[in-house]
Amino acid sequence: MPTLEIKNLKASVEDKDILKGINLKINSGEIHAIMGQNGSGKSTLCNTLMGSPRFKIQEGIISLDNEELNNLSPDKRAKKGLFLAFQNPIEIPGVHLPTFLRSVVSEVHGRIDPEKFIEELEKNIDELNLKKDLLHRDLNDGLSGGEKKQSELLQMAMLRPKFAIIDEIDSGLDIDALKIVAEGIKSIAKKHNTGIVLITHYQRILNYIHPDFVHIINKGKIIKSGDKKLAEDLEQNGYIKYLKDA
Amino acid sequence: MPKTIQTHANHKLLYKSPKGLNEDLIKKISEEKQEPEWMTEYRLKAFKLFTRIPMPTFGPSLSNLNLDNIHYYIKPQDRIKTRWEDVPQDIKDTFERLGVPEAERKFLAGTGAQFESEMVYHSIKKELAEKGVIFESIEQGLKNHPDLFKEYFGKIVPASDNKFAALNSAVWSGGSFIYIPKNVKLDLPLQAYFRMNTENLGQFERTLIIADEGADLHYMEGCTAPVYSTESLHAAVVEIVAKNNARIQYSTIQNWSENIYNLVTKRAFAYSNSEVVWLDCNIGSYMTMKYPAIYLLRDGAKGEVHSLAISSKDQQQDTGARIIHGADNTRSNIISKTIALDEGISTYRGIIKANKNIKNAKSKVKCDTLLLSPDAISNTYPQIKSNSRDFTIEHEASVSKINEEQLFYMKSRGLDEDEAASQIVNGFADPIVKRLPMEYALELNRLMEMEMEGSIA
Repeated sequence: MPTLEIKNLKASVEDKDILKGINLKINSGEIHAIMGQNGSGKSTLCNTLMGSPRFKIQEGIISLDNEELNNLSPDKRAKKGLFLAFQNPIEIPGVHLPTFLRSVVSEVHGRIDPEKFIEELEKNIDELNLKKDLLHRDLNDGLSGGEKKQSELLQMAMLRPKFAIIDEIDSGLDIDALKIVAEGIKSIAKKHNTGIVLITHYQRILNYIHPDFVHIINKGKIIKSGDKKLAEDLEQNGYIKYLKDA
Repeated sequence: MPKTIQTHANHKLLYKSPKGLNEDLIKKISEEKQEPEWMTEYRLKAFKLFTRIPMPTFGPSLSNLNLDNIHYYIKPQDRIKTRWEDVPQDIKDTFERLGVPEAERKFLAGTGAQFESEMVYHSIKKELAEKGVIFESIEQGLKNHPDLFKEYFGKIVPASDNKFAALNSAVWSGGSFIYIPKNVKLDLPLQAYFRMNTENLGQFERTLIIADEGADLHYMEGCTAPVYSTESLHAAVVEIVAKNNARIQYSTIQNWSENIYNLVTKRAFAYSNSEVVWLDCNIGSYMTMKYPAIYLLRDGAKGEVHSLAISSKDQQQDTGARIIHGADNTRSNIISKTIALDEGISTYRGIIKANKNIKNAKSKVKCDTLLLSPDAISNTYPQIKSNSRDFTIEHEASVSKINEEQLFYMKSRGLDEDEAASQIVNGFADPIVKRLPMEYALELNRLMEMEMEGSIA
């Protein structure tokens, strides 16, 4: 069974140590929620896992199916089956979303017939209740916050990753938009047995996606792990209780 | 310095003028073309102007351009005598990778015999003739439609306009003459392409397009394949007249070989409620100076200039637009996209002028530059001269580099660095490229990818 494993991961950005020894093991089909306050290291974890050049690994190992990813570029990690849904997907003007998607799906899964690709794309938009309009849009350019999240979801559905890291996808979404996105993540994960690392500040999204595991991250370390009850407790009592314990 | 390309000219040339220019040579050109007297005189007058007008005082330095070291007239059948073996390998490689058909390659490289689209051209020409459209070489235009020709020739771009317009007026040879009758709308672009085998790719070609009232035309000039010429100066003149309610789009893709000074004067007169669009893509050459102009002469006229310039190696692309708002309710829109890589220099040089007392005139200018190497240079020189109180202009300019975060985003989806960068660059150029006919747009994207390979720092 595919496994994404993070062992004693320490990482820095611009010479500032952020991650101070993260340990996590995610199996296919599992949903792990990682919860933390601003500045706890959530986004650094996402970007380091995907291989952003801004973040430097100081120590530790990221591996997928026992193969170390530490020195692989982001595109090679993508080809191994890793995916990151960005919190703030950057605009790339003039790059047509479907054209881009076809090129990346071809890179990751081999050449795909253009007609079959469009068929697949329309099917996914339909199944995930996404805006059909995405077919005519550029890559994040001119998209609203909600549309950007839908575009991330569509890309994830088309790329069928083994593991998806989802960075605060709930931020800035109203309740209806949140439902669509949450249902979408669940349906993709179920269809492809994707392992999910769901990063969030708030418990809200977990009302729709029930995690198998919940981890609290603070100051670059996981200070508490548990099941869904941990998230509920967090919602009622706030982070403060756990930060004291740590 | 431009690279010198060694060629072995075929010695059976029927006629290739000695280097340099004088009155006798001009008389000889005119005689060769069996021109009416007025044209011979026009050429001679233009030659006098050429000798008197100084080099441009703006823009990149032309001090290395030796005007005495140029053949000013080569008969077209002689021009195509370069041997295929002598065409530089990089140009042959580019043809190969662009998938340019064999026959076209030879033509574009200046070695071709008859271009095979002759038949295609003839059938199109027949269709056009039925609608009353005139689509001929500029020489035929003068011969077959002397009155129409004389009414407009040199009226939009007078010989006195600048040194190179004067030069072209003295030695012009080749180019197109087009007339679209009232209310005739052509659905497909007219392509200079079909007339390649005549003499479209000359050094001093001259094009005159007249769209009568309500006519609609898209003219497509050039192609993405590199055009190889042994002569280092290309000084063309294009004159356009859009009468009331007419619409003309003139699209150019130029990829001259790296030894060429490309100094072109393009100007359009736009009458009531007409619309003129210059779409200008410049990729090759050693140095290009080109500022397509639109004179908005009557109420409601509209002008647009969309340009894309790519400068690589040590090329200089000095391009832009000139718009004159000469009447009420006129609109202009300029979008300039420049990409500079290696040690390339890309410059936008624009002039927008609003005449006195005109009302409700608006102009919008947007200049974006993408710098792909630390040694590339970009300049923007927008000039606005307004004598009207009722003229609004918006000017936006940006200079960007390929953004690290954009690259990371695209790489995280599985694209390698080069492919990601290339998609970002194509995206940058997209607002211009998407206005081209599909097949040209695809070719242009492919060409940009090739230009960029290994060039991104």
